[in-house]
Amino acid sequence: MSLFEVKNITVAFGGVKALNDVSFGVDKGEIFTIIGPNGAGKSTLFNVISRIYEPSKGEIYFENQNISKTKPHNISKLGIARTFQNLELFENATVLQNLLLGRHIYKRTNILSEVFFTPSARKQEHEYRLKVEEVIDFLDLQHYRDTLINGLPYGVRKNVELARALCTDPKLLLLDEPSSGLTNEETIDLGFWIKDIQSLLGITIIMIEHDMSFVNKVSDRILALNYGKILASGLPEEIKNNADVKQAYMGE
Amino acid sequence: MQLIQLLIDGIASGCIYGLVALGFVLIYKATETINFAQGDILMLGAFVAYSLIGILGMDYLTGFALTVLIIAVFGFFLDAVVVRQIIGQPAFATVMLTIGLGFIFRGFASIYWGTDIFSFSTPFSGKITEFNGLIISYVNLSIIIGTAVLMSALYFFFTFSKIGVAMRASSENQLAAYYMGIPVKFIFSLIWSISAGVAAVAGVLLAPITLVDTSISLIGLKAFAAAVLGGFGSIPGAIVGGIIIGIVEQLCGTYENYLFEGVREISAYLVLILTLIIYPRGLFSDKAEVKKV
Amino acid sequence: MRFIFKTKYSQDINIAKHNGDRFWYSLLILIMVALPLVLDDFYLGEISYICILSIAGIGLMILSGYTGLASLGHAAFLGVGAYTHAFLLTNGIPFYASIPIVIIVSFLVGAAIGIPILRLTGMYLAIATLALGFIAEHVFIKWEHFTGGNRGLPVPQPEFLGMSFYDSVFFYYVCLVFLIAAMFAAINILRSPTGRAFVAIRDSEIAAQSLGVNLGLYKALSFAISGAFTGLAGALLAHYIGYLAPDIFNIFLSLTLLLLIVVGGMGSLHGTVFGAIFVGFLPQLIAICRDYLPSSIGSQPGLEPMLFGLILVFFILYEPLGIYGRWMKIKLFFELFPTYKRQTFKKQKVFTKSDRV
Repeated sequence: MSLFEVKNITVAFGGVKALNDVSFGVDKGEIFTIIGPNGAGKSTLFNVISRIYEPSKGEIYFENQNISKTKPHNISKLGIARTFQNLELFENATVLQNLLLGRHIYKRTNILSEVFFTPSARKQEHEYRLKVEEVIDFLDLQHYRDTLINGLPYGVRKNVELARALCTDPKLLLLDEPSSGLTNEETIDLGFWIKDIQSLLGITIIMIEHDMSFVNKVSDRILALNYGKILASGLPEEIKNNADVKQAYMGE
Repeated sequence: MQLIQLLIDGIASGCIYGLVALGFVLIYKATETINFAQGDILMLGAFVAYSLIGILGMDYLTGFALTVLIIAVFGFFLDAVVVRQIIGQPAFATVMLTIGLGFIFRGFASIYWGTDIFSFSTPFSGKITEFNGLIISYVNLSIIIGTAVLMSALYFFFTFSKIGVAMRASSENQLAAYYMGIPVKFIFSLIWSISAGVAAVAGVLLAPITLVDTSISLIGLKAFAAAVLGGFGSIPGAIVGGIIIGIVEQLCGTYENYLFEGVREISAYLVLILTLIIYPRGLFSDKAEVKKV
Repeated sequence: MRFIFKTKYSQDINIAKHNGDRFWYSLLILIMVALPLVLDDFYLGEISYICILSIAGIGLMILSGYTGLASLGHAAFLGVGAYTHAFLLTNGIPFYASIPIVIIVSFLVGAAIGIPILRLTGMYLAIATLALGFIAEHVFIKWEHFTGGNRGLPVPQPEFLGMSFYDSVFFYYVCLVFLIAAMFAAINILRSPTGRAFVAIRDSEIAAQSLGVNLGLYKALSFAISGAFTGLAGALLAHYIGYLAPDIFNIFLSLTLLLLIVVGGMGSLHGTVFGAIFVGFLPQLIAICRDYLPSSIGSQPGLEPMLFGLILVFFILYEPLGIYGRWMKIKLFFELFPTYKRQTFKKQKVFTKSDRV
């Protein structure tokens, strides 16, 4: 049984179908990569899963629960976290504050206990911090705790966004082009981290990615999209040799 | 018959709201900023016309044209020197900046021209025409005709002239327009200049009705209602929105007894709030509702 | 430069980060408490007014500076607080019971306004709040049973703790206590999950939502909290002015509050106090300007709005972080001396993030 399933999703903007009858399933513990040329509908797919876009047709299942009607802010409570293609960090806050927001879904305090900062509010801050420190250690962010996002280099920002998603303790992680804008070394590090997230933290990953050597290295399965339709899906080897995919990418 | 009379009065004052709203819309479409000082520019227009026609004794049409030209040049440099500096900053900054500019204009006007109420004579003052028992003042007629002429001129300008097309391109996609060799900064200043000019036209047309003093800048606030109702991105929407607001105000004023006391003064704001709550896209919105991520 | 060796997470949670902070803020409070010994009634009144402005500023700062929602009609909340307080006192409710009711009423009014207009973003919100400000002013005029309409409403000055509000020393202490309490409340909110959610909404709604922040709920909450602070300030303001007339709570007051937070420094609670001091002394500043200018200009009534606008434009263009930002720069200059670089605070190139949907 799949952990996550997309069934017959269609998204139309006006007359244009950004996604056309797309279905696939992701198993628990997998690293599942979505590839495709620009405008293939990859980010649209993520935005449908995060419930930012309303699909015109189809359903999404997570742990056998239909989430097609879930409120956008409840998605992360179910255990789905994501990063964004063009970084959506809280720019005028410190790294620590960004990561602490990752714990927001576990909030127990109400506004009154916060106004008086009761012992329970303080205890909650400590608990948040413990988890955040785990993630900081995991992704080597120790140097940047009190730095404003504004003052960070791009590579570190990407890392912070990944860290923030991990702070929510997700079961499923959606990564939108995690390697874009990174240097070679950073991309290699990222590969290790993604593998670690899979094996050490046991998190299932769906990833959108362009860098094919990176994709082939880390992915368990690959799905190729073009013009909103599925071109092919399968193991990295199969995709590499798939005629349709070659056609779409190289125009052969 | 009384109703039609009301409609005509409403349309006339609505045209003024529409013209000011048009200024908002032009600037918003191009630069995604809202010029909260639009009403104050209208006020400056009225004052400049007073100086030229009332004090220097210029002929009405010459004074009118010169006023629009002066205010348009003023609008151009307002963007080029001040407003351009904060492009790209959060919306809040531009809101505050233009509010601040509005205060400066109002302060300047009351220092330079004083706080009295002024008037200047126009060819339309005091004249009326009767048509099937309807009484139409020349002033109202001049506003309606002036708006219609200005609208058609703008329509042809944006559709057919090279600069007009460049303006539309810049407001669709700044970066692409820039790559195509369109001087985007210059175009933006030009748009500010046009919308200032439009406000000046409204100011001069309005002057015979409200007379000239610093409080007429408050019209800018009511014009927001017109712009929002029209969809805040649509040029015909601004005019239609303005006319609707004008009519609603007239109706509320006449039937105040059936509603509640003082409804006329806040009717524009009520329409504004209701539009934003019920149908925030407005009547003429041309954008499909797609969020950018 | 001070380096803090952190050994406990509590050090990051605490309000005072090190003993230096503790020392200076305690000293400040001591000085404030001792002020009536040296100042006369006039200046005590001025400082009480600044305390009231600061509380209102905290309210608007939470909404605009931290949640990123502009409000151009915030004087309405001052009005709600002032009229509710005056109405309750007139009907024999004691001071200590009236204040909590005022806070709750303004909180609810804030929520009630926040819920319908929370779908709006950026400019639309600014316009909507502007319109609401006008409507509120109008309601204050027309709802005569409650507000006395244009005739105005005298504010009863009851005894509280055996003291009278006419006593300027006592009133000063009341304002000071409320300001300190409001500061602590605001700091506490801002270091809790709710405050962080506000900042998240300000910086990226879409990310905030993906992390489980209910945008609608938190925007309404921000409005409500902001309303509560401003309402409290309104209640104190009622005592300060003594006689309520609807035109006090006009758009100019709303814009003055905005000027306060812009000049003080967006996104900092220090800024509210700096801004309040600035705005509180603005009339004196203008009076001084009048003396220096040639009388033909100096005597003009238009000078006030003109200076108001000039200050606003100056800060937006040249010191967007306000007085607090300037203070931080000066502090850093001395800490890093002689290695301070101007570039540290250089504005980053920002590309327009489209508000369009």
